[in-house]
Amino acid sequence: MIRPFLNAAVLSLSLAPALAGAAMADEKPVLHVYTYDSFVAEWGPGPAVEHAFEAICACDLKFTATGDGAALLARLQLEGARSDADIVLGLDTGLTARAAATGLFAAHGRTPIVDIPNPHGEAGSWDDPLFLPYDWGYFAFVYDQTRLQEVPQSFEALIAAPKDLKIIIQDPRSSTPGLGLLYWVKAAYGDRAPDIWAGLQPHVLTVTKGWSEAYGLFLEGEADMVLSYTTSPAYHLIAESDDTKAAAVFDEGHYMQIEVAAMLAGSDQPDLAGQFLDFMLSDAFQSVIPETNWMYPAITPDGGLPEGFANPVSPDRALLLTPDQALALRDEALQEWLAALSR
Amino acid sequence: MKPAGWAGIAAAGFLAALSLGTLAVVAVRAESGAGFGPADLAAIRFTVTQALASAALSVLLAVPVARALARRRFAGRGLLITLLGAPFLLPVIVAVLGLLAVFGRAGLVSSALAALGLPPLDIYGFRGVVLAHVFFNLPLATRLLLQGWQAIPGEHFRLAAQLGMTSRDIARRLERPMLRAVLPGAFATIFLLCVTSFAVALTLGGGPGATTVELAIYQAFRFDFDLGKAAMLALVQFGLCAGAALVAWMVAVPAAFGGGLDRPVARWDCHSLASRLADAAALALVSVFLLMPLLMVALSGLGGLADLPPGLWRAALRSVLVALASGALAITLALALAGAVMRMEVGAARFAGLLEASGYLSVAASPMVIGTGLFLVLFPLADPAALALPVTALVNAAMSLPFALRALIPALRDVERDYGRLADSLGMSGAARFRLLTWPRIRPAAGFAAGLAAALSMGDLGVIALFADADAVTLPLLLYRLMGSYQMAAAHGTALVLVVLSLGMFWLFDRGGRFHAAA
Amino acid sequence: MLQLDDMLIRQTGFELRANWSLGKGQRLAIIGPSGGGKSTLLAAIAGFVPLAGGCIRVDGQDIGPLDPGRRPVSLLFQDHNLFAHLDVAQNTGLGIRPDLRLTKGDLARVAGVLARVGLSGFERRKPAELSGGQRQRVALARALLRDRPLLMLDEPFAALGPALKAEMLDLVAEITTETGATLLMVTHDPKDAERIAGLTTLVADGLATAPEPTAALLANPPAALRQYLG
Repeated sequence: MIRPFLNAAVLSLSLAPALAGAAMADEKPVLHVYTYDSFVAEWGPGPAVEHAFEAICACDLKFTATGDGAALLARLQLEGARSDADIVLGLDTGLTARAAATGLFAAHGRTPIVDIPNPHGEAGSWDDPLFLPYDWGYFAFVYDQTRLQEVPQSFEALIAAPKDLKIIIQDPRSSTPGLGLLYWVKAAYGDRAPDIWAGLQPHVLTVTKGWSEAYGLFLEGEADMVLSYTTSPAYHLIAESDDTKAAAVFDEGHYMQIEVAAMLAGSDQPDLAGQFLDFMLSDAFQSVIPETNWMYPAITPDGGLPEGFANPVSPDRALLLTPDQALALRDEALQEWLAALSR
Repeated sequence: MKPAGWAGIAAAGFLAALSLGTLAVVAVRAESGAGFGPADLAAIRFTVTQALASAALSVLLAVPVARALARRRFAGRGLLITLLGAPFLLPVIVAVLGLLAVFGRAGLVSSALAALGLPPLDIYGFRGVVLAHVFFNLPLATRLLLQGWQAIPGEHFRLAAQLGMTSRDIARRLERPMLRAVLPGAFATIFLLCVTSFAVALTLGGGPGATTVELAIYQAFRFDFDLGKAAMLALVQFGLCAGAALVAWMVAVPAAFGGGLDRPVARWDCHSLASRLADAAALALVSVFLLMPLLMVALSGLGGLADLPPGLWRAALRSVLVALASGALAITLALALAGAVMRMEVGAARFAGLLEASGYLSVAASPMVIGTGLFLVLFPLADPAALALPVTALVNAAMSLPFALRALIPALRDVERDYGRLADSLGMSGAARFRLLTWPRIRPAAGFAAGLAAALSMGDLGVIALFADADAVTLPLLLYRLMGSYQMAAAHGTALVLVVLSLGMFWLFDRGGRFHAAA
Repeated sequence: MLQLDDMLIRQTGFELRANWSLGKGQRLAIIGPSGGGKSTLLAAIAGFVPLAGGCIRVDGQDIGPLDPGRRPVSLLFQDHNLFAHLDVAQNTGLGIRPDLRLTKGDLARVAGVLARVGLSGFERRKPAELSGGQRQRVALARALLRDRPLLMLDEPFAALGPALKAEMLDLVAEITTETGATLLMVTHDPKDAERIAGLTTLVADGLATAPEPTAALLANPPAALRQYLG
């Protein structure tokens, strides 16, 4: 009695992957790059990166996309040593200590000079042996200049602002920017972090699962400010010719997010993976980043940065915990956050 | 045992593997396992409290609405019933945005209040969570209760009219026994759905105080990568749901109504002005509450239609195919299970209960754990990306089974009660009996079930997050990608397409089921 | 042709025994008080109620192992004799093939029996569009097609008026005469028995008595029957 349905189901199921456009069998070696979801969107960096790299590598670059950076790491941990991945692209320095501890990654053996502020060492130097940066940004509270006149210039000022000034933040347990804000407060205030959170609590309209929800609510006018990046206004300016959005510059400085890539120790294409890492730091990759990933490129492209990408934060105001510090402070910072905001 | 019995046991085994098996797989992979802390206990407490409040409110509000729909005939009634199903089928983020466009700080209500010099509405907090869950589940509760009303044969209402029974008498003699039978199940179903809520609860809950168990599972998985704890929390979630289901099962008293002659139900008891006003008010209020956010979604979506991203229609086609497969699978699984349950109610009643319960496992399961467990099982065997769409279809078919079973089992019971002996005495069996008797009589229920499965899989993103294929995006994935890269207008447009397609699929199946059904 | 050998039906708080037989073409009325077991007796013969003892034979063969649909029996219930979602022709056609895969010839036979019961032109109607008498005529037409040696009526005409009921009973008598079927008919009304049933059994106090000629039985009723007739 159920055979007709089963047939229909099997038919439509077997059709689905075919329609999904399974990759054609190919002689060329395949480089598997695991990354986060928005990287591979049609309007993201993925298509341009794939096109440019395949033009020089005589290989087939295949993206596998999973959620965001943290989901990416979890997926790698699930797959373990059996993973197909040759390259992982999209972790950040808040995750690299945990990622390194998995033992899944291989040293890259490169010493690039990068255009990334370095609070812990010499400007331009990069000394992480496993992970190489490809872009970076500052977390910041973004607001609408037509709606918010009295813009707080620090966490203290935000705390002192009228109670109806509302911000939306992301949950550090489910979101990268949310975790970034934890580190921001911790890096700026250390042991005073609980007081800052207690002061911020009345201003927190709500906490969302991810960046998309928070930014969506902000654009709908639900809150005055939203936790995002200093580069967010550039999107509205360039893509929408909308100059009303701005990032509030805080006196305490801004916490950085540096996005990194690494090659897997178990890669069956180590040479190709190395070639990709070199490509990643080349102009062909870096020049794509600003207007597709809306972050600062790790190495400023030859043509400079697009209009709207002028950095409002001076490099000496950059805040960053080292990967080990970040890992060590993580649980404590989360407990402080939970305690203050659960009220 | 007849083949149908084995098919049912196979279906139950599959469902148990999907829900409990994946949990076991995750638990086995666990390396460490932190115990429960106070935060976890707080999450459990919050989960139960909000789910109880949400389910109770949804079900209570659904009673007058379902009654009004059951006893009134008016132009656009069918359309209203279909539209009322929309919130349940909306992708979470779209629904939340729509809800906030009406009830948020910058929403319609707050704007109106501001015009009167009043402060804006503040819905963030416990009330926001309940509001959102009622928004999602009131339509479902209404639908379940409406089925209950429609199960009372029209002859009973005629008899009641003949006996001079007033609306109140009918409520006491016919409607209350029906509600007594239907309400506990509806309550439990919605409780289960609210237990596994996560993004909605957090967003509208206003802070980490609104942490549900599912969020704690999510945290254990991606923040701590503590699979043992994720499995333990998932087990707690099962426990909560099993408890709710057990209570509902003990409280429910099955109502027995004899068979009728399929005449359209006409009512003679509700011509009084008061009852007309009450019904009109119930329908008007629920329409405003449910349709205004939908309207806002549609309006902002129309604005975004110009910005629709490339690849939208390919994604839409993919989603539609997945939805069709999911609908077919849901009916297949539900019929296999329901058939076996019916068979075993004679003789092996306890086993029948167990089989029926297996149909409800999927709702109690954590989507995060199902996804992770399936990934662990399938990853060594095949490319997860190639399985993304079949897995979506399958898991959503399983997720919609509780509703499919709720609709199909009573329908099958009615068929057996009214026509079982006649069919037996005529020697109707096997495929012929299914084609000539069972299918025509359960088609409306089956159409509803398939439509729900199709629409749910249309909007799903949860379980397949780990499987997602970079190239083969579905509509909801496209929607989230757009939102994740500032493209709010395009996201709104995509959301509108998604909503229209989801509702369209549901309508098609649901109508298909009722088209030419015995009148 | 129908033999009840020490047949025993046992249900909670209820027992019924019978030990008698009926010849081919005979017509038996089953009367007795409500709850006495008249319908249960028919249900047992039709295969819906298991026996606690003895056996039921038709033409010498024990029909106990047979499913209801395979028994040489047509049974008309009080109601629900028709599927509400199938039309008259389909409901009738089920008597030829339970999977309704009918040939042209089959359809002609359906039209024929419908004409025989006075329902020509009603083929496309649904049961809800028929009167009570017409619905039972459709069921009779189907029984005619099934042509089982045993026709059992569980008061299908109880709801009809006296004239209509008499008409239906006459139709049943004609049909059974034509087909040579043996008839078992539950009734509340001794007049029904007098009208078409040569034999009558009294079902009361846990016993279905051996069939006796109806006229003699009613003329000189035993105590249990007297009590029932009042």
